[in-house]
Amino acid sequence: MSELFSEAILISILASTVRIMTPILFAAIGELVTQRAGIWNMGVEGTMLTGAFTAYIVASSTGSVWLAVWAAMASGALMGLLTAFMTATMRVDHFISGLGINLLAGGLTLYWFRIYIKGRPQPTFDGFDSVAIPGLSAIPWLGEILFTQRLLTYLAFAMVPVIWFLLYRTRWGLELRCLGENPKALDIKGINIVRRQYLAVMIGSVMTGLGGGFLMLGFSDRFLADITAGRGWLAVVAIIAGNWMPRGVLAAVLVFALLESIATHVQVLSLNVPHQIFLALPYLASILLLMGLRRKTNQPVKLGIPYFR
Amino acid sequence: MPAILKSVNLTKRFPGVIANEDVNFELEQGEVHCLFGENGAGKSTLSSCLFGFYHPEEGHIEFDGKPVRFRSPRDAIHMGIGMVHQHFVLVADFTVLANIIVGTHEQGWRLGLPEARARIEKLCAEYGIELELDAYVRDLAVGQQQWVEILKALYLEARVLILDEPTAVLTPAESERLFRIVDHMCKLGLSIILISHKIAEVMQADRVTVLRKGKVVDTVRPADVTPQELTRMMVGRDVELRVARDTAETRATDTVSVLIVEGLSYRDGLGKTALDDINLTIGEGEILGLAGVSGNGQKELFEALSGVLIPQVGRITLTGEEIKGLPSRHYMDRGVGLVPDDRFREGLIPEFNIRENMILGWQRHDDYTNGIFLDHKHIGTVADGLIDEFQIVAPSGATPVNHLSGGNAQKVILAREFVHSNKLLLANQPTRGLDLGVIEYVYKQIIAKRDEGYAVLLASEELEDLLNLSDRIAVISSGRITGIVDPDTTTIEEIGLLMAGSTDGVAA
Repeated sequence: MSELFSEAILISILASTVRIMTPILFAAIGELVTQRAGIWNMGVEGTMLTGAFTAYIVASSTGSVWLAVWAAMASGALMGLLTAFMTATMRVDHFISGLGINLLAGGLTLYWFRIYIKGRPQPTFDGFDSVAIPGLSAIPWLGEILFTQRLLTYLAFAMVPVIWFLLYRTRWGLELRCLGENPKALDIKGINIVRRQYLAVMIGSVMTGLGGGFLMLGFSDRFLADITAGRGWLAVVAIIAGNWMPRGVLAAVLVFALLESIATHVQVLSLNVPHQIFLALPYLASILLLMGLRRKTNQPVKLGIPYFR
Repeated sequence: MPAILKSVNLTKRFPGVIANEDVNFELEQGEVHCLFGENGAGKSTLSSCLFGFYHPEEGHIEFDGKPVRFRSPRDAIHMGIGMVHQHFVLVADFTVLANIIVGTHEQGWRLGLPEARARIEKLCAEYGIELELDAYVRDLAVGQQQWVEILKALYLEARVLILDEPTAVLTPAESERLFRIVDHMCKLGLSIILISHKIAEVMQADRVTVLRKGKVVDTVRPADVTPQELTRMMVGRDVELRVARDTAETRATDTVSVLIVEGLSYRDGLGKTALDDINLTIGEGEILGLAGVSGNGQKELFEALSGVLIPQVGRITLTGEEIKGLPSRHYMDRGVGLVPDDRFREGLIPEFNIRENMILGWQRHDDYTNGIFLDHKHIGTVADGLIDEFQIVAPSGATPVNHLSGGNAQKVILAREFVHSNKLLLANQPTRGLDLGVIEYVYKQIIAKRDEGYAVLLASEELEDLLNLSDRIAVISSGRITGIVDPDTTTIEEIGLLMAGSTDGVAA
């Protein structure tokens, strides 16, 4: 067990925790906006997968990671548009629309992927490099853990206070939260609810697509089937575990990523535990939270309930 | 006085119904104008049209003498029309301040809290409204929430205020205060449309427009008519409002107690005390009325007495047998019938047909089963008999109950509970939202059961009805019985005080 406390391993675990956090954080903090507006997008996993796949296609065929990032966001937007059409315009049950998105994304990416690699070795690409922030990266420990990361990781962390500010300090955020609590209160003031629901879904889906893109470009050099492996679901779980508050979501994502990071270091740590245990812990923790260990829930009252006048 | 808001030959149809037909309505500057009518008479539809929430198919609306077309409530709000909905449209998790300002700004990203606060404080001072702006709405009493709704309209600079059944959730004292401030508002230049079906309130208005089946019957001044005349205009015939409590001699002091409740206390899942040391007895052939502002523990009390929830402390004794803690099926087996307050959500399964709803809860009973199968033939016979007996208007027993009117749906519940119970009848708001004719019928049925020797617990928001029907009236406030009064000697004021939580000067 003494290796557990070895400095190099600890730094490695923490640095990779921060990196693992990035895609989940993008998705979770973005979907928080969607959920605050009352729309329970259950298609996060599929949207993220689509983002990752799109990023792969664009990066491997053009060689430009930034073009790939934009493409991932655009694919997220497309999935968002579909989700918003189903939930806000057609008022489909949110769970059914999410199911549709996930099945669509899983099937479509795999099909397309097979066509893309048919008859040739799988193309690869060069992903993101770390960007050391001058000055800060020289700080012992912290520099290596926090300030020698990919650019998008910094962006993901910056989004947390940005989204908090939008939700709690702007007129727009107040109206958006009102949508999740009691959409009729806006409707009777003549405010266009559907338009705001679209916007909220789009923000979440674009950020989820971006998270998927980072998952591709920041961790790997090639696409694998089902590469998201439940990270989209983890983002949804993080919102629940974080009690629908930005800082809570951040904390939940941190814990989940730490567990995953430990899981990937299990062999180095020579822990005699299957690493799947660590991967399962976030879900177990969330089930406990949902079972009512929490005193007061901030879950939007109308979350997942289509609004009919 | 010039008309500020007017509807001219307004017609609004919904699939299968004409909600408003050729309605001419005129609101004068500075008056309180009451819209009076039964449920479904078209009061709410008319006000929703005037507020831009619905769009009339024919006719038009005039504001300040000019024809206007409201595409959405936003247009009406811009004109200066504010509406306080019967079911409050508030966000429980927002503060009073946030509830008032949400959706009111047109542009800019700022919340502008300090400016908004200053304006609202000024409004409160002007109209004499007291409200803590930083309190969360979930922590406010229902009566206070009403003020938030009114402030929302005033904040939008309403010149016309539509109040939809504003006193439904208020104690008598709170209602009085509301009307005082409403008068004050009129003096300050506001014009008010008051939707009501309570005759006492209607008589306080400047003018009354009576609606029946979507049409205007007449517009009158209350001073020129009697309450009886107004009621007749509303219903279209004479109604015996007072169902006489004639056979009071069955109520001797030595009657057998059917139900004895001792020290009953219940804390809900959130740790809130919903019932606090309740002590009650109901005798054979006695109606015990239960008065109180809704949400003060009535629901929990009814659920406790029918075994739906199990209070942590106290005893429930039914004809000598302690039954607290038993599952609700045992209550039913022992002859307890429950008429819940939310008939479509708790009393019925709306998608099921009348026959199925008639045996709901008794579906395991030997009468209705053949082995593991339902005996549909017998169920059909019983249900169709009850449909006749209770004069339920429906195409057949196979009609889903969500196709029935509120009154007929309520009769399905009554029929089921009356037939299957034989000792104790628990009726929570059995007449809420029903038309006068049906109310009369429901009360007559309850009286009939009382005469058969049932013990009856009857909760109602209509104090007049409780005074007419009950042998004794218990008043509940914040989960406590604040007093038990004799309807022959008590006054509305005394009950009002007890409803507000006062326990002074109470004699049982």
